Amino acid sequence: MSERIKPLLGHRLFWPIAVLVVMLAANTIYRPGFLSIEMNNGHLYGTPIDILRLSAPLILVALGMTLVISTGGIDLSVGSICAISGAIACLHISEAADQNSFVTVSTALAMALGVALVLGAWNGVLVSVIGIQPIIATLILMVAGRGLAQLITEGQIITINSGPYRAIGLGHFLTLPLAIFIALGAALLVAAFTRRTALGMIIESVGGNREASRLAGIRSGRIVFLVYVASAACAAIAGFMMTANVSSADGNAAGLWVELDAILAVVIGGTALAGGRFYLSGTILGALIIQTLTTTVYAMNISPQTALLFKAVVVIAVCLIQAPAFRAKFNRRKRGTPPPPASSPQRQKEEVTA
Amino acid sequence: MSSTSLTTGPSWARLPRRHVPVLATLALLLVMYAIGVSQYRAFSNVQVIFNVFIDNGFLLVVAVGMTFVILTGGIDLSVGSVVAMTAMVSAWLLQAGLPALLVLVIALLIGPTLGFLMGCAIHFFDIQPFIVTLAGMFFARGMCTFISDSSIRITDGFWTTMAQHRIGNPGGNFVSVSVLIAFAVVLVGAYVLAYTRLGRNVYAIGGNPQSALLMGLPVGRTRIAVYTISGLCSAIGGILLSFYTLSGAPLIGIGMELDVIAAVVIGGTVLTGGSGYVFGTVLGVLVLGVIQTLITFDGSLNSWWTKIVIGGLLFAFILLQRLIGIRYK
Repeated sequence: MSERIKPLLGHRLFWPIAVLVVMLAANTIYRPGFLSIEMNNGHLYGTPIDILRLSAPLILVALGMTLVISTGGIDLSVGSICAISGAIACLHISEAADQNSFVTVSTALAMALGVALVLGAWNGVLVSVIGIQPIIATLILMVAGRGLAQLITEGQIITINSGPYRAIGLGHFLTLPLAIFIALGAALLVAAFTRRTALGMIIESVGGNREASRLAGIRSGRIVFLVYVASAACAAIAGFMMTANVSSADGNAAGLWVELDAILAVVIGGTALAGGRFYLSGTILGALIIQTLTTTVYAMNISPQTALLFKAVVVIAVCLIQAPAFRAKFNRRKRGTPPPPASSPQRQKEEVTA
Repeated sequence: MSSTSLTTGPSWARLPRRHVPVLATLALLLVMYAIGVSQYRAFSNVQVIFNVFIDNGFLLVVAVGMTFVILTGGIDLSVGSVVAMTAMVSAWLLQAGLPALLVLVIALLIGPTLGFLMGCAIHFFDIQPFIVTLAGMFFARGMCTFISDSSIRITDGFWTTMAQHRIGNPGGNFVSVSVLIAFAVVLVGAYVLAYTRLGRNVYAIGGNPQSALLMGLPVGRTRIAVYTISGLCSAIGGILLSFYTLSGAPLIGIGMELDVIAAVVIGGTVLTGGSGYVFGTVLGVLVLGVIQTLITFDGSLNSWWTKIVIGGLLFAFILLQRLIGIRYK
């Protein structure tokens, strides 16, 4: 291994990017037209564009999740919040006289976002004020939230016919899907707040040691509270996109298992589940990898549920690569040769299928 | 351990703190039953209670396994999917014409094997249980649809006998075979936790893994064991579910892990580990069952209310555990 490649291999984004590239390459070999993009009616079409568009909700949810996880917490309720926000927005629009009215749609969005913020605040209070373990505190809303979403839609699937609302999921802007810009905007906003101000460092310090941060003069409780509110807000916007994609709200299915995909995206991106460090770019890459994997599996005519099998392999592989204990064991076996930055993916696949 | 400390007050009112959540659950169960009896005449029928057991036998078995895991301070998210996978594999193998007994053995082996592997990953590579069992959940659920996209009916003689056989006086109240199996699992689980070395180790690890290790307890073996036990319980639960529905369906049991965790927590087991009883878990499952029965009897309420009520109860019990201050991080 040449000296010049080493630092490249050691870069934390190297493995996620490598996985993405390998996946895209494999797809292109399997289906030569995979990467082609064509212009149609002034909009760009093609599988890569589809992947970007479909990954937008996941990117949003994963951004919020990154902040929560970097404080050492976890937010299981995001899927339910997606369902609730989508349900409220669709319910309001479906009851309006003119579904295409811009005012109706923006009122609906504002209402749904407001409710999501309240739900996020509920999570935040449970974790930061009452001091319940995050996984349990958010489990409550995960269970009850599905029920709430179904209560709002009365167990029905609310179908709407609203141009402005559909645009959130399927609209175009500058020849590209609008959803991409919304996700990109959110990512830039979060990045600006966390990387251009001290906020990011404060969040990491709270994740590293909450008590020490508090003693150092950081209002730890308030930071923890805020990340759950931010996560809920991201989930709400993702919920709008999911429901806008299909122009209907299904309390049962909207955002089902998105929390798990989001956690997966965050972990692939290199953010440790224990908190203390977060990488927004890694999270976005992680979300893209998951969506590419899903699209690949669909393209191979395998059912969406079976895609979970592949995700299981990825989760274990990523976690093993990240686990210090695993690296140590692997390195010991290869003593004498320079330690590799991470083990080859082949090994972990054996772990899963064994 | 602080969990054994006593509350202040007159001596007759002294109550070990760790019993408070279980007693609260018992009180809740009695109140709900009383509400049911006072509102609906048919509710006092003994068969109503038997039906709660018949409908929730598989949940009870899975919850016993989850109690072990949660007592060590871990969590097992894979249970719902393992239940579905077991039912699916049984249905698939029976359809392929394998003898019932062989199918039973194979189905009962898959769960513990997966549990064992997950336990090993958790222990040897020090990965969070939450993530490992999440991968297990993905894996098992993926296997379900890998086997078949649609549900497979079970027509095997042994299975149908198990499903339809009624135990009790003819024409009167009855329970199914599944209920007896579930009771057996509960008794074995309670015995193992209360009277065996493994049980002691489970409590010790949940109380403080560091001390347990320093005391020379086999922390690794115990942790791997609890995930294997949980896998075995999920497999038995899957068999019971396939008796109940006489089919294997790829989408069955979605979200079951949450119901199970809720039942264990409502049953008074502390999520950080170290404190709780199998008896509490039985009460927790009964609470969920009675909620469902109440909602069915009411008729005007829809099934989504179940989720909201379960969420509310989960909150109430976690708050209770927090307030009485049993060791909670």
